[in-house]
Amino acid sequence: MVSLLDIIGPVMVGPSSSHTAGACRLGLLARCLVGGTPERATIELHGSFARTGEGHGTDKAIAGGLMGFRPDDERLRTALDIIEREGLRYTFEKTTLSNDAHPNSVRITLERGDRRSQMVGASLGAGRVMVTEIDGYPVEVSGNLHTIVLVAEDVKGSIARIAGILAEADLNIATLKLTRKERGGDAFMVIEIDNTPPEEVRDTIRALSWVRWAFRLDKVSA
Amino acid sequence: MYKSLADAIRDAEARGVPLSTVALDAEAKDQGRPVQEIRDALRRALVVMRGAVERGMVGDLMSSSGLVGGDAAKLRTGPDGPLAGTPFRDILARALAVQEVNAAMGVIVAAPTAGGAGVLPAVLTGLAAARGIDDERVIDALATAGLIGAVVAERASLSGAEGGCQAETGAAAGMAAGAAVEMLGGSPRQAGHATALAQQGTLGLVCDPLGGLVELPCVFRNATGAAIAMAAIEMAMAGIEFAIPADEVIDTMGEIGAEMDVRYRETAGGGLAATPTGRRLARERLYELKRSGG
Repeated sequence: MVSLLDIIGPVMVGPSSSHTAGACRLGLLARCLVGGTPERATIELHGSFARTGEGHGTDKAIAGGLMGFRPDDERLRTALDIIEREGLRYTFEKTTLSNDAHPNSVRITLERGDRRSQMVGASLGAGRVMVTEIDGYPVEVSGNLHTIVLVAEDVKGSIARIAGILAEADLNIATLKLTRKERGGDAFMVIEIDNTPPEEVRDTIRALSWVRWAFRLDKVSA
Repeated sequence: MYKSLADAIRDAEARGVPLSTVALDAEAKDQGRPVQEIRDALRRALVVMRGAVERGMVGDLMSSSGLVGGDAAKLRTGPDGPLAGTPFRDILARALAVQEVNAAMGVIVAAPTAGGAGVLPAVLTGLAAARGIDDERVIDALATAGLIGAVVAERASLSGAEGGCQAETGAAAGMAAGAAVEMLGGSPRQAGHATALAQQGTLGLVCDPLGGLVELPCVFRNATGAAIAMAAIEMAMAGIEFAIPADEVIDTMGEIGAEMDVRYRETAGGGLAATPTGRRLARERLYELKRSGG
């Protein structure tokens, strides 16, 4: 669903909503996977991101996003200097993810402490983004709302249990999408939530014996 | 949000309200937020838009590569042309100003995108200044512009990498034209015709920035985009109707974008970017950028 405020916005540092603001938002989403600013990251740029990213500050914007800067933060301009000063090791590479990948796509592999994760996402234009893959699983996360994504064994009552945990935390589910690769195989849940879920909710979900992993992604739209 | 401008116009006519009212109501329902909150966000956007216009008019900014900057000030203080002293000239200057700020990694409102961010503030704030229109009506006009942009996002694209510049400055011209017609007192139907008239004039427009930088021709294309919007506003306010409905013009833009060669979609592989001068300038400037670590 397109929001009017996505069209008249975001307020952002130029020069490109897809290559700068959208790229920054993908960085903001990626950092959620390791719970904060990654110490190391490999950023693989695909298509137009690879071809024209440098001139649009795509590298600065993704690096800034990984450090938690939002699209209207003027520090984006000097983000590459800041990562150097902070001793963060981010490397940028050009790649071809696949022939049908969105022209503004990026694969980010990150490490923070003992946490390691990988995300593929695309910048769709006008600052809107879509995370299409987390740790090899296909997902659709827009960052328009707070999101919890999880992979669980395909057990009965799993949705009720998760919904219960969210209700106990006073969180209202906006959307819920359930997919699985095969019957009895892993089930994949993407849950969009109206209000900010505390990190403990993710921990509670993750502690369930049949949940393989769970992540909490921030709302990154305006 | 609406996926068809025709639906929005029908609802507005049935209720006897402007397009901005149905747009704000739809947004409030979609997002579960009060209309006042959405108008407040648009008010903040207007403040940033005006700030970018003012900042760019000073004339001291240079883009990170040095390819563009300082031209808005020339329209403000330079020698007269045929539009001297008219709001039209001021609007062209405002469009250049915002886009010069954007190219210098300054703060702007992407509306609908950063590459097309000059058109809407130029047309709306320029006309508001010329006609003494109060901020509340400009904010309403921004909501109408958002509605039109949302329809374009649903039916076609707002990304130069997907649909060429017709999806950025073209869409911006359509948004500005429809929004300005409402702001000047035109009917929802006239706003629809203004959008169609503006966007028909930008069909096929390629995205061909030198070196892939949102600088050249982007800065100037925002000024010409604003000019196309002004032509559409003038025609629609005069009662001229465009036979192809706005939705179908937008669909056409999407279809042309989908078939547009990748060289013309923000890759710097074709168009002005691929001219001998375009290639030379890009090579020199990108080399300078790398050398300076910028």
